Amino acid sequence: MWQTIWLSLQLAAITTLLLLIAGVPLGWWLARSQSLWVEPVAALVALPVVLPPTVLGFYLLVALGPNGPLAPLLQMFGLRTLAFSFEGLVIGSVIYSLPFMVQPVRNAFQLIGDGPMEVAATLRAAPLDAFFSVAVPLARGGIVSGAILSFAHTIGEFGVVLMIGGNIPGETKTLSIAIFDFVETMQWGAAHSLSAGMLIFSFTVILLTMLIAKRTQSPPP
Amino acid sequence: MMLRSLITALSAGLLLLAHSPSRAAEASVAVAANFTAPAQEIAEKFHAQTGHSAILSFGSTGQLYAQITQGAPFDILLSADAARPAQAEKDGLAVADTRFTYAIGRLVLWSADPGLVDTQGAVLRSGNFNHIAIANPDTAPYGAAAIQTLTALGAHEQVAPKIVQGESISQAYQFIASGNAELGFVALSQLTEKSSGSRWIVPENLYTPILQDAVLLTRSANNAAASAFLDFLKSPQGLAIIAAHGYGAPSEK
Repeated sequence: MWQTIWLSLQLAAITTLLLLIAGVPLGWWLARSQSLWVEPVAALVALPVVLPPTVLGFYLLVALGPNGPLAPLLQMFGLRTLAFSFEGLVIGSVIYSLPFMVQPVRNAFQLIGDGPMEVAATLRAAPLDAFFSVAVPLARGGIVSGAILSFAHTIGEFGVVLMIGGNIPGETKTLSIAIFDFVETMQWGAAHSLSAGMLIFSFTVILLTMLIAKRTQSPPP
Repeated sequence: MMLRSLITALSAGLLLLAHSPSRAAEASVAVAANFTAPAQEIAEKFHAQTGHSAILSFGSTGQLYAQITQGAPFDILLSADAARPAQAEKDGLAVADTRFTYAIGRLVLWSADPGLVDTQGAVLRSGNFNHIAIANPDTAPYGAAAIQTLTALGAHEQVAPKIVQGESISQAYQFIASGNAELGFVALSQLTEKSSGSRWIVPENLYTPILQDAVLLTRSANNAAASAFLDFLKSPQGLAIIAAHGYGAPSEK
């Protein structure tokens, strides 16, 4: 049981880290760019919100396998498939939780408006410097919310993991899969304790993001 | 929730309109995943012959059974084992004396690669693969039979780290058909339409016979369509479809 909890925490932590690296610049671009591609890219990022996990799981099963487009790349590393592996789950989770990181980040960057960045430019701050010392601190509420939501969403991920994981203990058997197995095999006592834990965890996360949102919505001093 | 009941009421109304002249009834059948193809064929013929409809739901036997214990609205369970229908009868979930073996399952070691599986199953001991797919042995009888086979061959310990589990035999099949697992154990019935790849039909002395039992569930004791469906399963026509999908005939028992 502790093995599955530990595995889910690792998966969520790595996914959140990767999403911070990819999601913050992407959210910035979506918030500030004038490109015609902004809305199509935003729609693409939002897809996992509406797509059933089975669709994503099915495409991943095909794409990560030996007949998929990634196969030549995998072969260079001596791999046949990324299904049934922790790495495969990380790829699936990053895609699946992308909107939960990008949307709050994009909103936060949009709320800043042009003013602070123009001030930074007149003070001769380089764009990258202005991004890190002005934009990111001002948008930290959105970034923190995005990170918390991505982490929680990955912990709760089920369908994608079920379809590409193969239920390997310590590698792909995550918390939600373990609960599913306990229910299926009528070990309801164990299912109850894990499920109650998930319930408390999820409530805490939602409460936390709401409190952060409330704090960041109050007018800046 | 309200929208959902509205939609249910509307569709029920439409169904009534569509069926109003006849006295046809419906039977909801929980079908073990390995029996998917024959069940669909049987439901079609059953409808053509009797006018009754059979609504099929597929899953692993354990999954379906867990749902039934919680009052799932099924009339019949077509299990992949004999134990769960017997348990259902014991617990009062099924009507006494309606239980019978409708098919005897056959286990196959299968690969989408035409050159991988030999006719003796020696590939299991060669270790010449990264992933071997089976159904979850705790919920799917074909998964349990796969573990028994590996143990009987003395290959279980060696193969264990390479095992990947599907929640049902259908998912084990997906893992193999998509190439993600090089080989795996599936039901012969899943391969009757398929000649590609390589296969080894596992000798029946390597695993406990997969007796697949059907049973009428208590809530449906008076459902005419459900009784008719069970009769159809036992009829020569039903038996012929079952045999054509690679199952042993129940009389062989």
